Parts: sequence; C-alpha cells; structure tokens
Amino acid sequence: MTAETLARSGPLQQLTDRLAELPRTVQVVPESFVAMIDLRLDPAGAAGSDVVSYLGVDLPTTPSTWVETDAVRVIWLGPDEWLVTSLSRTPQDLEAGLRDAVHGRGAVVDVSGQRTALRLAGEHARDVLSAGCAIDLHPRFFRRGAAVQTLLGLASVVLLALDDTGTSYHILVRSSFAEYLARWLLDAAIEHSDS
Amino acid sequence: MSELGSPASAAPLRLPEAGRIDRTVTYGFSFNGQRLIGHPGDTLASALLAHGVHQTSTSIKLGRPRGIAAAWAEDPSGLVQIEEPFPEPMLLATTVELIDGLVAHGIPGQGRLAEVPDSARYDARHVHADLLVVGAGPTGLSVALAAARAGARVVLVDEQSEAGGYLLGSNERIDDRPALDWVAAATAELAGFADVLHLQRTTAFGHFHDGYVLALERRTDHLGASAPRNRSRQRVWRIRARHVLIAAGAHERPIVFTDNDRPGIMLAGGARTFLHRYGVLAGRDVVVFTTNDSAYAAAVDLADAGARVHAVVDARAEAPEAWKEECTRRDIPVRTGQVVCGTEGVDRVTAASVASLSDGALGERDRIACDLLLVSGGWNPAVHLFSQAGGRLRYDESLGAFVPGEDREDTTVAGAAAGVLELGECLADGGRAAEAALTALGIRHGGLQAIPAAGTGSGQTPPLVLWRVPDPDGDGTAQFVDLQRDATVADIARAVGAGMRTVEHIKRYTTIGTAHDQGKTSGVIASGIAAELIGRPVGELGTTTFRPPYTPVAFAALAGRDRGSLFDPERTTAVHAWHLSRGAVWEDVGQWKRPRYYPLPGEDMEAAVLRECAAARGGVGILDGSTLGKIDVQGPDAAEFLNRLYTNMMATLKVGSVRYGVMCGADGMVLDDGTVLRLADDHFLAYTSTGGAAAVLEWMEEWLQTEWPDLRVYLTSVTEHWATFPVVGPRSRDVVGAVFPDVDVSNDGFPFMTWRDTTLGGVPVRLARVSFSGELAYEVNVDTWHAQAVWDRLIAAGERHGITPYGTETMHVLRAEKAYPIVGQDTDGTVTPHDLGMAWVVSKKKPDFIGKRSFARGDNQRPDRKQLVALLPEDHDLLLPEGSQVVEGPNLSEPPVPMLGHVTSSYHSAELQRTFALALVKSGRSRIGQVVHVPVGGSLVPVEIREPVLVDPEGARRDG
Repeated sequence: MTAETLARSGPLQQLTDRLAELPRTVQVVPESFVAMIDLRLDPAGAAGSDVVSYLGVDLPTTPSTWVETDAVRVIWLGPDEWLVTSLSRTPQDLEAGLRDAVHGRGAVVDVSGQRTALRLAGEHARDVLSAGCAIDLHPRFFRRGAAVQTLLGLASVVLLALDDTGTSYHILVRSSFAEYLARWLLDAAIEHSDS
Repeated sequence: MSELGSPASAAPLRLPEAGRIDRTVTYGFSFNGQRLIGHPGDTLASALLAHGVHQTSTSIKLGRPRGIAAAWAEDPSGLVQIEEPFPEPMLLATTVELIDGLVAHGIPGQGRLAEVPDSARYDARHVHADLLVVGAGPTGLSVALAAARAGARVVLVDEQSEAGGYLLGSNERIDDRPALDWVAAATAELAGFADVLHLQRTTAFGHFHDGYVLALERRTDHLGASAPRNRSRQRVWRIRARHVLIAAGAHERPIVFTDNDRPGIMLAGGARTFLHRYGVLAGRDVVVFTTNDSAYAAAVDLADAGARVHAVVDARAEAPEAWKEECTRRDIPVRTGQVVCGTEGVDRVTAASVASLSDGALGERDRIACDLLLVSGGWNPAVHLFSQAGGRLRYDESLGAFVPGEDREDTTVAGAAAGVLELGECLADGGRAAEAALTALGIRHGGLQAIPAAGTGSGQTPPLVLWRVPDPDGDGTAQFVDLQRDATVADIARAVGAGMRTVEHIKRYTTIGTAHDQGKTSGVIASGIAAELIGRPVGELGTTTFRPPYTPVAFAALAGRDRGSLFDPERTTAVHAWHLSRGAVWEDVGQWKRPRYYPLPGEDMEAAVLRECAAARGGVGILDGSTLGKIDVQGPDAAEFLNRLYTNMMATLKVGSVRYGVMCGADGMVLDDGTVLRLADDHFLAYTSTGGAAAVLEWMEEWLQTEWPDLRVYLTSVTEHWATFPVVGPRSRDVVGAVFPDVDVSNDGFPFMTWRDTTLGGVPVRLARVSFSGELAYEVNVDTWHAQAVWDRLIAAGERHGITPYGTETMHVLRAEKAYPIVGQDTDGTVTPHDLGMAWVVSKKKPDFIGKRSFARGDNQRPDRKQLVALLPEDHDLLLPEGSQVVEGPNLSEPPVPMLGHVTSSYHSAELQRTFALALVKSGRSRIGQVVHVPVGGSLVPVEIREPVLVDPEGARRDG
C-alpha cells in the first residue's frame, strides 16, 4: 500500500451546512486542524527564556490571558502550563521546535487532536455565550487578550476574546464534545434567528 | 377582535376611563365555562372583577367559596388552571396577563399538568452587574437612576408587566405631576444607558450568597399568538452582582376575623390597584376595615370612582385627622375603635358585622350590607430575598412587622421592603441607599441626587397591631389564617395546645405558609397569633425561614436548554460517523457513545455478538478503542512517580516496551487498570479505562501536587489527541503489515508487549502489541485528525480477511473468556488484585506504593474473601443474569440465606459454544470444581465453579 497523504477529518464536518445557515449576527466557523502543543515548564527558569527566544514572545504569566506572534498564539492555562497554537506550523514541527528549546526542563506534548477550534462572531456572539457561560464577558473585562477555561453549556472550553467589542471569540473544545457544543450553539442561536 | 367577543357593556364594573388598559382592543376569554371580555393590560383577575366575578373556586378541604383576595402574587386564594393556549396548573388569576382566547377555570388547590409535551423553549442567561436592583417601584427606580448616572453596571428586575410598583395602583403625584409620568421618564432615561439591563416581568426568586440571584423572566405568554416562535417562553437569569439592592416593596396583610374568607373580601390596596391600574371597581357597596392609614386612600378613591363606601372601620381609638376630613367630604362614616367581627354571604360577601373592641371584648354588633369588604392589617416588608441569603430580621414594634435587622456587606434593603412606607421617604431612601452602595463599590458619583418631591406631607398616624378579632361565639374554626390551606386560628390553637412552641413546628403542623404563596399574607399573622396564644412577644417567636423560590418556578424553566439531546453531552470519537453509517447500536459509556455491536440485517444482539466474537478469534476484528484514557507522563522522576502509583514495578520497564498495571486506592482496592508504554527514559504514556480517565488524572495530580511535590513530573491528558484501534485476531498481522509496510510485524521483530513508532503518509502512528482478548493483536494509535483515514486503510486492507468491526459487547465477551476484569463491573471498590487472582501484579520488591500497607491488613488476608472465578451453568444455553446471587443450594435454607457471592459478568461464548459467567465467590479459588447454585426466575440452577480463564489458558494465541 502506498503512503500518499492521509486525508484529515474533523468532528464538525457533519454540521458544516447547518453552521453555515446561522444568522449573520451569530456566526460559528469551525477552525479545524490548528496545531496545539501543551507546554509545561517553570517560567522563571532557563527553559522559560529559551522558549521565549524560540517563540519570539514572552510567555504570558497573567492568569487567563493570551499573546500572539505572526506564527503562534500562546494561551495561559496555569502557572506552569501554556497551550501554544499555530495555523501555519505543523504539529510535528512545532512540537520538535519547542522540545528542543525546553530540552528536558519541562514537558512538550502534541495535543493537536485533543481540542477542536471554533470561531464565534457577530453582534449576538456575546449573548449566545451568556446563555451558557458564567464568566463576566463584558468587553470592559473580557477583551482581546483574555482567555478563560470555563464551561459553555455542559462542555469544558477555553474561551478567547479576539476583539474589544464582544463580537469575536475563539473557542477550544475537547474534540469529543465538539459536536455537542456545535449543536448547543445552533440551539442558542435560534433566539437570534430571523424567523 | 375575538370570536368570543361581546359588547364592552358586558363588563359592568369596568370604568369608562382610568387604568392602564387599552380599551380600543377587546379580548375574549373563557373562565369556568363563561365567555367574558377584557383588554390588553388586564390580568385575568382584573377582567373577572370587571364582570363582577369574585369567586374563582372552592377551598381545598372545606369546599368554601373563595375568590380574588389581592391584586398580585400575595393572593392566597385565586388559583386557576389554564387550558388554552397550553395547559398549566396552579397559576394566580392576579398574575396571569390576559390574552385573547385564554381559557381558564378556578381550581380548589390542585390542578393538572399537561398530558402533551411542552414544546415551548426555556433558556437561561448569565449576567453580571455592579448593582442588582430588585423592584422597579419608586425606591428601586431612584436607586437604578442614581447608579446608572454614576456609570455603574446595573441590572433592574421587576416582576410586573411595567415599572412603577405601588405607583401603578395609586394616584400619587411626584414633583406635582402624576407619579407615573416620573416613572416613564425614569425608565426612558434608564433605557439610554448601555450598561443598564432593565427587565420587567422578571421575578427575582432566589438570593444566594455573594450576590448571586436567580430571576425568572416571563417572555411570551402576554404576547399570545403573536409571540415570536424562536423566543424562549421563560428565561432564568443567573445574576451575579457585587451588590444587591432589594426594593421589593411590602405586602399588605389582612386581619383575621370570623368568616373572613368569603369572595368579595379583599386587601384594601388590592382594590385600589384594580381601580387605578385596571379601571375596575371591585364592588359597589364597600366597607373598609383597617388598623392603619393606608386603607383610607382605598376608601376615598373608590368613593370618588362611584362606589358607596358605607363605613371605614378603624380599630384604632383615633382616626387620622386628614383622612377623617377626606371621608367627611365624601359622606363616608368613620367608625373608630371598632372591628369587623363577622360576615354574611355565600358566593359573595353580603354584609359585615361591626362591633366596638375594647380590652379584648366585642360590643354590640351592627350589620352593614356590602358587596366588597376591604381589609388592611398593616404592611409586611417583602424581606424574603434578604432573609433567603441569611439576613437576620427584627420585629419593629411601631410598624408591627418584621424588617431587616442587620446591615450586610453586599446587600441593602430600601424603601417599603425596609419598612419605609411613605412615598416621599421611599424616594429619599432610594437615593441614600444608592449613594451608600456606590460608595461601597468604589464607584464615583456626584453625591446625593435631588430627591423628587412627593408624599402626603401629613405623616402617618401610628398603626395598631391587630392579628385577629376575638371570636367569642365561635372556636376559631371559621377564622382563616391561610386561605389556601384552609388553616384557621383553631388549628394554631391546637398546635400550641399540643405543646408546639416554635413557628417552624406550628407551620408544619398547621401547613400554614406551605401553599403556592408561601405564606405571603399568612406567615407573619400566624406568628402573631401563635405568640398571643403562647404568651410570648412575637419578636421573640420570629418568622419561619424564607426559602427560594419567592414565587413558584416551573421545573422546565430551571432545566432550560439542558433537556432532550442537550441534556447530557454525547461524546463522540473521530470515527463516529463511520459507526453510524454501519448501523452501530450504541452503548452509553459515561458520556461516550460507543458502538455496542454492528448488527447485519436480521441479526439480534446475540447473533451479532457471536459473529463478531468468532471473527476476532478466527480471523480479524477491529474495535474503536479511542475512548480509553491516555495520560502523558513526563519528567526526570516519571518512572518513580508511576512506581508509586501502580502496584507493580514500572521503573524497570524498558523503552520500547509496554506493561499492564493496576492502581489501587490507599485501601488496597482496585481503582483502575491499563497498559503503560515507556516512550523514553523520562517519558511514559499511561492508558486508563474509558470510565476512569478523568478520575485517574485527578488522582495522579492529587498525589503529585499534595503529597509528592518534589517529584519532577508533568501530566498531560492526551485522551482525545490519540485515536486507538485494536486490530485483533489471527489475521491481524496480515492487516497491520499491509497498512504499515515499514514495520516488521513478525513476532521476533515486534514481540508481545512492545510498541513501535512509524509513519503513514508522513503522519506519526504508534503500534502496540497488547491484547485484551488473548488473541494476536495490534493496537493502532494515530492523532484524531487522521483517525478516519487510518481506520479506512485498516478496513480496506482487512477486507480480504473478512475484517469485522466489533463493539463493546464483543470486547466484553472476549476479555471475560480470558478473565480480564473490567474495573467497576467485576470490581466494586471492595476487591483487591489478589481477589482477582492477580497477585502477580502486586510487587513484593517495591518499598512502597499506594495500597501496599492495606494488603497486610488481616481483613485482606482472610481466606473467605470473595474471589473472581468462572461459573459454567450446567444448562449450556442458560444465561445467568448479571448481579444474580450465588448460593450453596441445591435447596434454599431458611432466610437469611447465606450468600456466597454474585455474578459480575455473563455472556454467550462463541468459542465455548455455551454460556459462561464471571463471579465473585467467597473462597472461590478453593471451591474450583464445586457445584453451587444461582437463583434464576424462581428456581435454583446448578453452576460449576471453574478457573476463571476459560479460553486458551496457556496463552498460546497471543503471538499468532
């Protein structure tokens, strides 16, 4: 058997059409195949500075925040844990690069398949989130650069604010919960549908 | 407008003007089978009263006629069943907004739920605020305005259809203009603030600690057929506020007297509300019975609207001068020092008996004919929300009511809810409360705002506290305290006579305060009467505990969207769609949807599972094992960490190898099991059971973070990063070899319990020689992005070998034939590895590991512990029900029958061509070969105890 390129598939393929029919004010777009690496290290140690040089950006140490460069986004998950994501790098490449930088002084794990990404945008994006998220999403507090680990509906998510107006969010959800979450979002959006 | 419509004159007590109803639109509705009319802005109660209909039903125990006794949620008696538009029981006529086509009837304390599913949507919203203001009456609006102007994030909720609170039912003036003009200006100004959320028809029903308040918004019922179909019917608002300001007003309370429950007997403020808000005269011939000033306004307003007010009966010795003058001007006789001590009438009150009351003795009785008897025993501040969150109350002697008795950091009570009953003072109190709350929140504000001018200016004459009128001719059995429960003064007397001395006991004995209204009118009165009977001050006796919900809330609203397919998340694997397309029958494993079996046309489960088992043992099968928990363990101390967690040795595992391990709790009982791969010296991948994944990670983190923080180890869940497909059976080598030609799949090149990394199309793939069936097997792991593609390759390559997808049922049969236990099925938290016949998995060399000490306990050494064995029924076709007891037999002894153990797993075996079971049996290992019995369907069936491994006990098949 030849080893040609393997096709990729994501958990929301079955729902693509239904998501596309959502009203303009509540847009849900799956962002499949984002490389995601779980990074664990002591940010005060030498591994921290080597990783910062490699990534080209400081590891965020303020809880519930994220930073980015052209190539990667770094999301704070804990005092010694970050999720490094990238649309332009392959998981293998990103994992290998980080592993070199960390050099045994922490842990680097490819978790690209662990979560699925969604973009939620539109005038009513925040309303939809407030149907199932207990976090205060007022743009005064939850704005670009914020990232919280919380529940949306009954699914654990990492929720990132992408703008300062409460109209654009990035949601990372465990892949097995992705279909549930998409159906939950479709349901919550009914309130904002035209009919 | 409506088919049911008839001339407006059919509502004889509707005034031509006044009220906040829209007379240009007429609604038809039906009540108790009668066709009636009303208008937008009406409640069901106001529309009924416009027709002179007071009686709604009869009482639950005594069958006495009962009617509308108040204008809002405090009404103890006017319960109705809605039939159209959708059946709903136990609603108050006073809180049901009238819509065209409404069909309802009164109910005697019990209704019926709909027999068809409720298709309405119920949802929820979370909202955060600096300040939550409960109540949009004069106090609440003043607070909300001040806070909004200071830039605070404000949530303002009010349970009525429009803002105004008490003002809606009055003709008060503010700044020398109708008070409702001020209300309109205030709400319009609030609407202009982006950070103000103002919700009407929204009842704050629960106040919990730290500013957490639940409120229910009713969103569509009042719109009738024009309600948007995509709008939720009700919404639970989960409000988290830095400060909660309660401006919930006060409830007027009645006075208890003999036959005080007849239709037409109503709270004075209620009648005033029906007049001013709905343009309805609740009666034409009125008697007013009061202990305080407020009822005079009802008397005067009703007289001005055309009613004949035959008397104001004021229990106080002196009537307030200003009001006396107003009454004189209208020829309303004022009788001071008198009380209403009885009534006449059946379906409606027809007369009141009035007598003087001095030193507890009634004087001679006067009979005054009337069709409306208004009562006011004073006002109870609505302290419910304050009390729910733990706020202490105190009894205010001058008010004769319980008021908030302490300051709380995150809660303020203002206005009538705090016992401030005059309009002008409420407005001022609201301003002060807002200022204090904003200061406490650190929100800059421009100081005390200008307070609108309002109020009578005359001040209040002190009220008299009168809980009940004496009943010298009776025994209190017609003196109703809780109308809904038909509970009387006699019931309280009986409770006290039986020795009860607390209101909580009396409440439970009499059921006072346990109905839909939770004692809004009856609770404090019951305390007052009980205090008199016991001979203690009411302030000492106190009130019963206020608990959520303030008013009834439907379970459907609390459930919200978490119902039906969204009730519990269904977790799916990366190849879920494939399983679906192959007609998989699902098994719920925790939240996971796993294929249980894949029936071919005409197959039942037994046939499908026998076929799948035969394929796995005779050819090749494939399972989606992606739900297995996977934990990446990295760090210089990873080996030591795992050594302490597992009962067996993990530190000696070689890179490239796999080891099966068992974890126990500190009690030595089996917690979870699975395989461990050593990826590098400092890097392991631990597999857990599907159900144990989250718990095992938490278990590991707990030990790492709290007991062994010195170990340099990082744990990362990779459960959903990796899809896992066991390819199982004698032909599995051919299939895996074909798909991964780079891998030497021979037994020497890839021995049992080793793993190999490879790639397919550049994608990393990890293969492991592990077996949960005893057969030659390769577990194929790939990231979930490429799971479907790899699965498809395996299926394609296996086609010529008849590759058969199998589900959890076949997996269970195959593993049971090998006596591989399922933690949680063959174990129950009381089973040690030794009990499972797995002493080999408990290291004797390691200095310590979790559970080690417990194995030395005497109880864990007992020879009669339950041990895992196989059971073979003598009848080869008999499937023992799982959970069956194992007894000695062949006859049952007298109860209690000694139990030897129980069946944990039971299946048909394709390989053995018979049924078999696993069981935990006392001293099971020393009973091998014996026949014991299992009760099945009323008879005892003989079963033979066997060594647990029934298929290939020598393990010859695992290498193919």
